[in-house]
Amino acid sequence: MAEINLNCKGLQCPGPIMQVFKTAKEAKSGDVINVKVTDRGFAKDIQAWCKKTGNELLELNEGETEISAKIKVK
Amino acid sequence: MTDKKTMIVFSGDLDKVMASFIIANGAAAMGNEVTMFFTFWGLNALRKAKKVKVKKDFMEKMFGWMMPRGAEKLGLSKMNFGGIGAKMMKDIMKKKNVSSLPELIEMAQMMGVKIVACTMSMDVMGIKEEELIDGIEFAGVATYLGEADEANVNLFI
Repeated sequence: MAEINLNCKGLQCPGPIMQVFKTAKEAKSGDVINVKVTDRGFAKDIQAWCKKTGNELLELNEGETEISAKIKVK
Repeated sequence: MTDKKTMIVFSGDLDKVMASFIIANGAAAMGNEVTMFFTFWGLNALRKAKKVKVKKDFMEKMFGWMMPRGAEKLGLSKMNFGGIGAKMMKDIMKKKNVSSLPELIEMAQMMGVKIVACTMSMDVMGIKEEELIDGIEFAGVATYLGEADEANVNLFI
């Protein structure tokens, strides 16, 4: 089980969600993706994405300028 | 079973075509199968930027000359001001790190979004297969309807 750090800061919609999708596709089941994003819509988007794709959202932190999320790949 | 989304891209306006590709890329990232049908003015978004030598009659040549040649040349649906608006919008988007339309199209193709050009409107507007970007399909209304039947979202843009 690996931890993958993904920096999507500066990317606009739909960049971050596409990067998460690509990373999850290449990752193994049980891997954890740590993603950092500046696009404000991402907080809602990653919840919808996880619900839709069946990956598990372990953590979601909304900071002033940055959102970080931990996703466990299914 | 994966969900499916279909879109008809009728408009050749920069903003509307961009919105179409953002939705398409987003849907692909959600694990959806996506098909985009380009018809009428929407076809201009798929034209190659460079002029391709093909046989055309007078009217076809006029059409080809008057319509925007490719994604880079599209205008805005509002506040275009003869192209100045589109230029300003593109500058702002670049500053805000929004992907450009050619980039969005390339991403969509990499994500496996199916792009289909309507052959009837190609014929009407005198657009030949060689003039459109590579990696797309050519079909008619039945193909679109067949795909739309299987989709749970269908947009006309």
